[in-house]
Amino acid sequence: MYDMKVQFANIEFKNPVVAASGTFGFGEEYHEIYDVGVLGGISSKGLTLSKKAGNTGLRLWETPMGIINSIGLENPGVENFISNELPKMKRYRNRIIVNIGGSSEEEYISAVERFNDVDIDMIELNISCPNVKEGCMAFGIHEDSAGRLVKKVKQITKHPLIVKLSPNAENIVKVACACEDAGADGLSLINTIKAMAIDINNRKPVFENIYAGLSGPAIKPIALRMVHEVCKSVKIPVMGMGGIMNWQDAIEFIMAGAHLIQIGTVNFVNPEAGKEIISGIEAFMKTEGIKSLDEIRGII
Amino acid sequence: MGMILKNEELIKDIFMLEIEGKYEGKAGQFYMIKVDNTPYPLLSRPVSIFEITSNSIKFLYKVVGEGTKILSEKKKGDSISIRGPYGNGFPPVKGKVALVGGGMGAAPLYETAKQLMPDPEVNVVDLYLGFSHEIILEDSWRKVCSSFFYDIGGIITDYVDVSKYDVILSCGPDIMMKKLSELGKKAGVPVYVSIESHMACGIGACLACSCQTKYGNKKVCKDGPVFLGEDIYDV
Repeated sequence: MYDMKVQFANIEFKNPVVAASGTFGFGEEYHEIYDVGVLGGISSKGLTLSKKAGNTGLRLWETPMGIINSIGLENPGVENFISNELPKMKRYRNRIIVNIGGSSEEEYISAVERFNDVDIDMIELNISCPNVKEGCMAFGIHEDSAGRLVKKVKQITKHPLIVKLSPNAENIVKVACACEDAGADGLSLINTIKAMAIDINNRKPVFENIYAGLSGPAIKPIALRMVHEVCKSVKIPVMGMGGIMNWQDAIEFIMAGAHLIQIGTVNFVNPEAGKEIISGIEAFMKTEGIKSLDEIRGII
Repeated sequence: MGMILKNEELIKDIFMLEIEGKYEGKAGQFYMIKVDNTPYPLLSRPVSIFEITSNSIKFLYKVVGEGTKILSEKKKGDSISIRGPYGNGFPPVKGKVALVGGGMGAAPLYETAKQLMPDPEVNVVDLYLGFSHEIILEDSWRKVCSSFFYDIGGIITDYVDVSKYDVILSCGPDIMMKKLSELGKKAGVPVYVSIESHMACGIGACLACSCQTKYGNKKVCKDGPVFLGEDIYDV
């Protein structure tokens, strides 16, 4: 018998595939296409304490094997999420990860605290969104600010806390270790890579914020290297992500040390990717006689 | 996956793509077309339905970038992946209806006219199209409407007496749809506009196509692409 179940920070996931924040809404749109309950979990669209309208101007630019986005955390806010979206997410009966962003320590803390009496599985602290002017990635660039924030949030939250790291950090391994020391129960990486594009006819940057976040298969080799480095340096479990397009990519991240993997951009390319990646991993396990993913995790 | 029956250049850079199969769709809805079966380019392109026939679906598109260029090189017999239909489409209408299109905005109005003509609730379907250089498919447009008006290189809204109609459905450049929305507001005639946006998923998850409306942000792909003009434009 083979088993796809994964234990992550004392929580059992039915399989290692989680939909990444910002690419899956709250699951509803994809549930019209397939039963998203087959996924191990869903990380919610990044939430802030109050509703956010997101960025103005062009928000999306396609590049060779990648996309650059400048959405800017458009979201309904924590209260609207709890009343309107969370009850729908619960119907899928998989793990609910609530992704929280913020522009100040106080905002993060208030948002996270609001979930203390709400039935969710995990908080994913977003210190890595490159698309908002204040906060978020600013906390994730340096280990000191990351560690300080994680320590404060960990003190007040009742839920397992994972921290989503930025590849734009000065040293992602140091940030990872600082989060672990501050009490994080797990990590997820990588968020998008800060990038830009120029409209040569108008002689202007494509995005109003000039810089935005690159994702997709173009970043996979970098993401894989970072996941590998971090997994070698921390004891807490890691959700690996960055350009995963198929089950083979997912297996690479697991071999690099990830407990779970998150899929993002691929959902836009193929809305049924989640289901297909789960079947692919399952078939690989059968063919290779792998009984548990523990057998191949971190073998590199 | 469907098979391409035709991918023909009508005039420079404007193509008619026909894919075999039984497809559904309301007037004004769109499909996401994956221009190639390789991973590049990653994203599908949103293209509105031009016509649905008993055994095929047709799309009228313009080559504007690398994705549509790759699409234009596809040949009869090639397979292609499309998903949809997505979006709200034009709302049900009654009485005298004007359809106003500018440039490639003409594309969704063919199926729209075709669906409205036999509708017993609809008395008149007048079609107004503005082209920048050259008319395409002249005979086809005439067959699906009560009266057909077109203009080349001018301003199509100059030809439309908005007050004669119960409702206007439009698709085209912002400047054209804004003008119609202004005229409609003055005359008390609802003007619906179908707007265009970059989008990644087409189903409402990525928020790349979020647009500002009187009622806050809306998703072009899911809440739209058709909106009441006065909710979008400051008129």
